[in-house]
Amino acid sequence: MINPAVFATTFLAAAVEIVEMVIIVVGVGVVRGWRSTLVGAASGLVILTALILALGMALTHVPIGVLRLVVGSLLFVFGLQWLRKGIRRVAANGFRGMGARAATDDGIPTHGMDWTAWLLAFKGVLLEGLEVAIIVVTFGAAARAFPTAALAAAAALVVIGGAGALAHRAVERIPRSALQLLVGTLLSAFGTFWAVEGLGIAWPGEDLAIIALAAWYILAAAAYIGYLRRHAQHARQLAHASAR
Amino acid sequence: MTVSWLNRAATLSLRGLVAFGKFWYGFIIGDDWTVAAAVAAALVVTWLLHTAGVAAWWLPPLAAVAATGTSLRRISR
Repeated sequence: MINPAVFATTFLAAAVEIVEMVIIVVGVGVVRGWRSTLVGAASGLVILTALILALGMALTHVPIGVLRLVVGSLLFVFGLQWLRKGIRRVAANGFRGMGARAATDDGIPTHGMDWTAWLLAFKGVLLEGLEVAIIVVTFGAAARAFPTAALAAAAALVVIGGAGALAHRAVERIPRSALQLLVGTLLSAFGTFWAVEGLGIAWPGEDLAIIALAAWYILAAAAYIGYLRRHAQHARQLAHASAR
Repeated sequence: MTVSWLNRAATLSLRGLVAFGKFWYGFIIGDDWTVAAAVAAALVVTWLLHTAGVAAWWLPPLAAVAATGTSLRRISR
């Protein structure tokens, strides 16, 4: 017998975490390639399943704060690298993109596993998946409706995962330079959010703070793109004047 | 025979270790160590302020944008 209140609450709470997971997997997959990203996501799911089976209800004792701090800090510094590269590319080339994927420009291996993509997807799936599992255990135990809570989380995964799978073709149409900027912004926003949460600090507005952080990094990126363009134009004018 | 096998294993382990180190260096430090250092410092200061009872959630995003700007300015010169 399904408990509708537990189903709705767990579905919504799990959906917030799964949206974050799907954004990371789709963003990394589109920028760095799908094979390594999907292997990373699948590896995260395997470890997550093993943890759930091994720990069961004891999952609530997993030091999620430490995990958030480690994963968040790594995403934070890596996201800022992509943000910087994105800003420089958009400042130099605009939103025209770069044509075909220039693998060597990004240090993406042309063959074999891309461990960067693997790690980003693995961490995103493991951290967010653990948060979903903890939501299921907490809500399920509180209302004595564990099967309903598990079913709601599974439904959220199917719905949002399906939406991500449908959206990836649309995302692939975004010019590559803009995409790198966008994914860099999102990784930086998620990384900042998790690292600070991992320190035990609550964000004003809770998960909505991620949107504010993404907006903050987009505004900063726009300002720096303007600065780099003005700087390049000034340098060209100086070179032109000295050539006369 | 055993010695050459051991040498080969040691060489492979060393190569693996170097590749592992290079991977993490590229992942965390990338092309500008100052940004990673600024993020680490900002997180430490945020934690110190938090333990002193000061709301400091605003510090890491501010430090990240400042460090990114400094890095971009340095590169564009």
